[in-house]
Amino acid sequence: MTWPDTTLARARDIIARYPEPRSAVMPLLYVAMRHDGRLTDEGMRQVAALTGMTAVQVESVASFYSMYKRHVGSHVVSVCTSISCHLLGGRDVLAAVSDATGVPAGETSADGSVTIESVECIGACGGAPAVQVDYELIEGVTPDKGAELCRWLMTAHPEVVHGDDLQTRFGGRRSFPAGPPDPVGAMGPYPAFGPLGTTGGEA
Amino acid sequence: MTDRILTVRMEAHPTDSHTMARYEATGGYAALRKALAMKPEDIVAEVKASNLRGRGGAGFPTGVKWGFLAPTRPRYLVINADESEPGTFKDRQLLERDPHQLLEGIIISSFAIDAHHAFVFVRGEYPRSARRLQQAVEEARAAGYLGRGILGTGFDLDVTVHLGAGAYICGEETAALNSLEGRRGEPRIKPPFPAVAGLYAKPTIVNNVETIANIPWIVMNGGAAYNAIGPEGSRGTRLLSLSGHVANPGNYEIVMGMSWRDLIFGIGGGIPNGKALKCWIPGGASAPWFTPDLLDTPVTLDDIAKNGSMAGSGAVVVMDETTNVVAAAWSIVRFFSHESCGQCTPCREGTTWLQRILERILAGQGRPSDVDLLLDVCDNISPGLRWPPAQTTICPLGPSAVSPITSIMKHFRDEVVAMIPGAVTAGV
Ligand SMILES: Cc1cc2nc3c(=O)[nH]c(=O)nc-3n(C[C@H](O)[C@H](O)[C@H](O)COP(=O)(O)O)c2cc1C
Ligand code: SF4
Ligand code: FES
Repeated sequence: MTWPDTTLARARDIIARYPEPRSAVMPLLYVAMRHDGRLTDEGMRQVAALTGMTAVQVESVASFYSMYKRHVGSHVVSVCTSISCHLLGGRDVLAAVSDATGVPAGETSADGSVTIESVECIGACGGAPAVQVDYELIEGVTPDKGAELCRWLMTAHPEVVHGDDLQTRFGGRRSFPAGPPDPVGAMGPYPAFGPLGTTGGEA
Repeated sequence: MTDRILTVRMEAHPTDSHTMARYEATGGYAALRKALAMKPEDIVAEVKASNLRGRGGAGFPTGVKWGFLAPTRPRYLVINADESEPGTFKDRQLLERDPHQLLEGIIISSFAIDAHHAFVFVRGEYPRSARRLQQAVEEARAAGYLGRGILGTGFDLDVTVHLGAGAYICGEETAALNSLEGRRGEPRIKPPFPAVAGLYAKPTIVNNVETIANIPWIVMNGGAAYNAIGPEGSRGTRLLSLSGHVANPGNYEIVMGMSWRDLIFGIGGGIPNGKALKCWIPGGASAPWFTPDLLDTPVTLDDIAKNGSMAGSGAVVVMDETTNVVAAAWSIVRFFSHESCGQCTPCREGTTWLQRILERILAGQGRPSDVDLLLDVCDNISPGLRWPPAQTTICPLGPSAVSPITSIMKHFRDEVVAMIPGAVTAGV
């Protein structure tokens, strides 16, 4: 099975942004995740065909980076436990999130709705402890709010998650004033970025 | 006297500092017009005269780096927006709140070094930064600041916003280049340096976001004016990220030269909950820690180096008296162990060992020999345990992992020993 024409057209647009097709392998791996909801062999074969690489080369690249995931739920909840978050209770947030979901760090809930992970610094240390849902940021998260966030994800099954909305509902102090709201949200366990076609919910 | 350069617009215009309309209304792209009427080598000369030093960690003089470019073409400019050093969140603010400032710097810098394609490597966990920057790129293209024949000159430039995928090591410049080429983000052996053989083996300049965000101001006001701000060796302003046990965490644009006391207790508002200061990390997770005896020393690149650490990425992480320093060191060592790319044995094996030994000490299962073992493993990663560290590995990540261990051993050895059953405090 190959990608639909619109996805292939997007892939060609992405390749055109680089001097050499091989450079497009990273963005195309996100396109592949968007297509299948996770990283698959089929997706990697498609990326290989488009970039002139072998499937093994594509897999070797993909396996180097932690955000290309073969096993992942509908949403990925990433709890920072690096030093600034560590000092301000990041591990308590991680424990609360695992408790609320019954999912240990690094694993996915049985219903496939959420993956919980402990991650290294996500550049929100001034708003520690910090959490991301599908790479949309929430700062100043307490253990209670982290648990509430996960219960919401597992019951409401939101199609799109918006960082500003998450911050209002589940967050606290931020690293710096955020400026105006960003209308774009994430629609799966990969970053929401226009050129990749991975954004959702634009106003 | 100018005391802020990078954060003026975002503070004055909190709702729209990221838009083209606001950027132009506040003097934006005037520096580009000025630059395009200059000779490229004169722009490089202004940057040299400014004594601007890189903000990515190593503090290398930017104009000098640009002067190392091999004469061949094409050349590339790569902006390092992989910001992943624990404690650092300054580039995110520059990307989200004032992307045109960076973009104007990119266009001017590309013109100065004769590059016609620039890449911004944004870490995958910063999608909002990438979105804001991409929007700025599209606005700039529509306004004729990007694309073919920029502002009626013969200068062409494309900017590609590239999203990483979760690997701290891609912040190392040659790893970023491999990643941009569609390879595993493994650092390359240097030399050759990127200025000679970088992206696709072509001459390439890699600079940090904050470094390049300063370029429009330097072009507008001249290198001499920039060189008049701040103490020698730390010219211009610097965006510091303050976090940890401090009342007012955040990014602060400062002129260097103030004391640590003024930074932590003045700007930072001191230690919350009536606690005392125990120690702080002056420049990101890779930097050796400072203790309160250094509170009255100046915050400058050279003073921090003289006192045995580094200004690094500008991340200041404060720890109060209740901090379990072994657990804090473990958090940092675990970071390096997790992020080691695995090419070099001392780094790959050494960081794993350090993490395991700290874990058993934290679990109350440390052995009396662990104190020496920790230092022995560190010595194998960075022989001699000197500062600046000796490097036997391809990149400095390995030696960085040694900093938290040597820090706790130097300042808090008794606390480490006290956590190990049967170990004796005497005989340091
Ligand atoms: C392990 C490692 C990680 C690094 N991470 C970053 C980073 O996230 N951002 C950055 O600008 N520089 C980072 N650097 C420094 C870069 O290699 C490079 O020196 C810098 O981007 C050059 O820009 P500058 O001269 O403007 O500082 C890192 C270096 C190492 C060794
Ligand atoms: S020092 Fe560590 S991170 Fe750097 S190249 Fe060697 S193994 Fe990779
Ligand atoms: S340490 Fe958690 S966001 Fe930086």
